[in-house]
Amino acid sequence: MIAIGVLVAVSATLVWRRDGLSGLLDILGHDVSLFAGILPRVLAGCLLGAFIAEILPHEKVSRSLGPSSGLMGLLIGAAFGAILPGGPFTAYPVASALLAVGADFGATISMVVSWTLIGYGRAVAWELPIMGTDFTLWRIAISLPLPVLAGALGRFVYVRMYPAETESANEGE
Amino acid sequence: MNAALLIDVILWGSVAAVGFIAYRRGPKVMTASLREGAMDFINIMPRIALGVIGSGYIAAVIPQEVITGWLGPNSGWLGVAAAVVAGAATPGGPVIGFSIGAVALRSGGGTPQVLAYVVAWALFAFQRLLLWEIPFMPARFVWFRAAVCVPFPFLAAAIAMLIGKP
Repeated sequence: MIAIGVLVAVSATLVWRRDGLSGLLDILGHDVSLFAGILPRVLAGCLLGAFIAEILPHEKVSRSLGPSSGLMGLLIGAAFGAILPGGPFTAYPVASALLAVGADFGATISMVVSWTLIGYGRAVAWELPIMGTDFTLWRIAISLPLPVLAGALGRFVYVRMYPAETESANEGE
Repeated sequence: MNAALLIDVILWGSVAAVGFIAYRRGPKVMTASLREGAMDFINIMPRIALGVIGSGYIAAVIPQEVITGWLGPNSGWLGVAAAVVAGAATPGGPVIGFSIGAVALRSGGGTPQVLAYVVAWALFAFQRLLLWEIPFMPARFVWFRAAVCVPFPFLAAAIAMLIGKP
């Protein structure tokens, strides 16, 4: 937060020395209107995260996203990441909760990667207005297979890196 | 109907839907969630204000020609690799990441390279990893997740080269 503040202050000073006060105010006006547009979506994301955390059925999560959940577990993880709205302030706490209630690394990787690549929250708030609709939809279409592939690779590597933990997790079921 | 408006409707529709489910569990569950969500919003607002209102300045001083050179249409796989490193190393939030991508596109960057940049930024941006992912998730998971994801910006660029631009 402090590092960002310093970076912003230095950049703003550079802009002021290069473009003068009008350059400084142009960017400020643009960014303030962007901020005002984003705020309601941030509120929606926060409320949604809180409701989902409250109503999530924890027993079901460990069954459908655990180490033996197969391709279906990766698909569920990816689908959940894609529909989970909000920003990092909802995705990471929810992902962490999934790990805690029995999801394995593979399904959780699918969820996190899906949230960051396919999730519509960031795409709507920032990517659509800045990159344009064509690029955004094209980028999301190409990204569609990646979350499940990343989860599958994660599960494949995890079993070989930590064989003891995988065995004990399977015995526990 | 414009896409942003449609997704706003979906977003608030989902809020209403899960809110209704919470309400069915009892008004107490709903008010607790509402309070939780509102507190998150209040806590997060200053961070977002600084990120969004400040990021225009950071983007304005980034030397655009450097990125354009890196991500040029003839830069090939070396350009994709440079894009992946640049995506991970981009400071700031989504406004900066996407602004750099948009500038690169407008000034003649290759679309597979810009795609690799955006995907790598989404997967690896160091600031999000350090500020958000590590505090909330086990560190072992975060590094494992990042390592496993390394091939995927390259895969995305390969798909982009196969199917062509939008």
